[in-house]
Amino acid sequence: MSGGISNGVPMDAIRMEGLARRFGDTSAVDGLTLSVERGEIFGLVGPDGAGKTTTMRLLAAILDPTGGDAWILGHSVRGDAAEVHQRIGYMSQRFGLYADLTVLENLHFYADLYGVPRRDRAARIDGLFAFSGLGPYRRRLAGNLSGGMKQKLGLSCALVHTPGVLLLDEPTSGVDPVSRRDFWRILHHLLGEGVTIFVSTAYLDEASLCRRVGLLHRGKLLAVGSPKEVRSLFRGTLLEIRCGDSRKAAEALRQLFPAADVGLFGDRVHLGARDLDLRAAAVEAALTAAAVPFDSVLPFPPSLEDAFVSVIGRDGGGTA
Amino acid sequence: MKARRLLAVSGKEFLHVRRDPRSLVLAIAIPVVLLLLFGYVLTLDVDRVPMAVWDRSRTPESRELVSRFEGSRYFQVAQRAEGYPEVEEALDRGQVLAALVIPEDFAGKVRSDRSSVVQLLLDAAEANTATIALGYAEAVVSGYSSDLEVRWAHAKGLQGIRPPIDVRSRVWFNTDLESRNFIIPGLISVIMMIIAALLTSLTVAREWEQGTMEQLIATPVTAPELILGKLLPYFVIGMMDLVVAVAMGKYLFHVPMRGSLPLLFGIAAVFLVGALSLGMLFSVSTRSQFPASQMAMAFTFLPSYLLSGFVFSIDSMPPVVRAITHLVPSRYFVKVIKGIYLKGVGLGTLAVDTAPLLVFGAGLLLAATRMFRKKLG
Repeated sequence: MSGGISNGVPMDAIRMEGLARRFGDTSAVDGLTLSVERGEIFGLVGPDGAGKTTTMRLLAAILDPTGGDAWILGHSVRGDAAEVHQRIGYMSQRFGLYADLTVLENLHFYADLYGVPRRDRAARIDGLFAFSGLGPYRRRLAGNLSGGMKQKLGLSCALVHTPGVLLLDEPTSGVDPVSRRDFWRILHHLLGEGVTIFVSTAYLDEASLCRRVGLLHRGKLLAVGSPKEVRSLFRGTLLEIRCGDSRKAAEALRQLFPAADVGLFGDRVHLGARDLDLRAAAVEAALTAAAVPFDSVLPFPPSLEDAFVSVIGRDGGGTA
Repeated sequence: MKARRLLAVSGKEFLHVRRDPRSLVLAIAIPVVLLLLFGYVLTLDVDRVPMAVWDRSRTPESRELVSRFEGSRYFQVAQRAEGYPEVEEALDRGQVLAALVIPEDFAGKVRSDRSSVVQLLLDAAEANTATIALGYAEAVVSGYSSDLEVRWAHAKGLQGIRPPIDVRSRVWFNTDLESRNFIIPGLISVIMMIIAALLTSLTVAREWEQGTMEQLIATPVTAPELILGKLLPYFVIGMMDLVVAVAMGKYLFHVPMRGSLPLLFGIAAVFLVGALSLGMLFSVSTRSQFPASQMAMAFTFLPSYLLSGFVFSIDSMPPVVRAITHLVPSRYFVKVIKGIYLKGVGLGTLAVDTAPLLVFGAGLLLAATRMFRKKLG
């Protein structure tokens, strides 16, 4: 299997065939098969621990698969890691640039690593500054940038060599809403340049901006389709519980409600509520009984992740 | 391997060092402090040993013997004693380390050409010093004794007679028997080993810990480019340390340098690559700064201090330990650096010890590069 080559040119930017990765007894990624077309923006959605980061690392050829394979522009992540590295721009979930180097020094460092010719570099960096707005901060140490600007710098470094495929692992987690919107505007601008973008996210509004999304749960793809198609899988209402110890709250709620309806998203717990008579009050009572302090229990507009909780509940699988 | 990527890694690493004052302190200040401490404190010289004299003879002959002790730079007559209790007390209190007792019949026996015996009492609590002092004392006494013999022969009209065996010792290489002259060169090798291994032990591990490595391994950079690129700045720092140490040896401690300075720097460069690669190997294999630096300390400090022949002579070690010293790169470099400093020997003589350094350097560098994997987990 060589990733669907037509006239010597691979049609798919990214192609996975039974891609899998185990860590000891746990399957972090469990047999993903998926193709992403050139020039497409694909969103990978899933709760914490679904295997999003592992998938990203496998595609970036910095983690060896334990099963299956994936091809980036026709190059296997198993056998041609060096070719893959030439063609991708990768942004890890954790800020991976040098805090003690300036914006410009970080950019030049990555430009050197990717072999961007010196004569093209000034124009390229100016172009990156034009959309990132980092120009005025070029001499500032990366460690002194705000969260949003750090992400833009990370993106700029990943783009400095004009890659064919951009792999972004939760690029906007912990970033303020305005910066998030900026960031996505930049991504859409890049699509216009023909870059293929594979991005993982936990935000509904962001996934909705993708052409297609895939729902990942416990290492498996549960659904793939347009945001509209995926959201239609969701039914019922939703409560969002904000509290300090979300893990404990989720545990407590799983005692009372179908475990599949309870989803843990960072410091929030989402509860799919198919029963109409289920009220916030019932949840509050349950949490109080379980001695879990909470900040608020409020109805919440459904997100794609919630769609997922719903999908899992209907399938009755994946939660065992 | 692309030079541009290698240099990019080096340039970045230079910036890290420049912007982190702690690493500069580690790289430059610590060697200077170590040299000052060891250079001034660690002295193995035995001179001006304080001694007590109980001259029971009180004759020109006995006074001449005492004056010979006084005239020697190795002894200093600190006390004139009258009786054993006084001698004993001075030794007990540690006021003197040696005591000379000249018997009453000393002059009489000497004049009549009969053997006389003098007593030397030594405080051997410091065994090393006592042994050396004993040697000096015997030399002083036998010198006087043979002079007396010659004088007696002359008095008997036997002209041209000489003592049957005349030992004329000449100390080579470290003519002044200054321990500093061999401590400073040895110390340079210890410092280079420790500092170099410690600096590089942090560099790759820090990137794994801070998450910058994940980003880096997703680029086309290759293992040799990364490892060599990271070594280069620390190589420059290590050579700067050498320049500082050699300059301090010359201008502060006045250690004579008999051999070729370029040769010293050339072989030191080979040694340095080995030391840097050792630290890098720990950094690459542990991916964590704390264990890597602990390993670097454990594997460099004691071996290069104890097993290199820097202070303790390898020839007097038990055979098993002596065998182990062959695995300590410092052992070879200490010999090289002492050879160049004290004996002024050339590459022809030093080749035997330079070859193992080349093997260590190339082997460790290759190991560090091979061990580095561009993968997580």
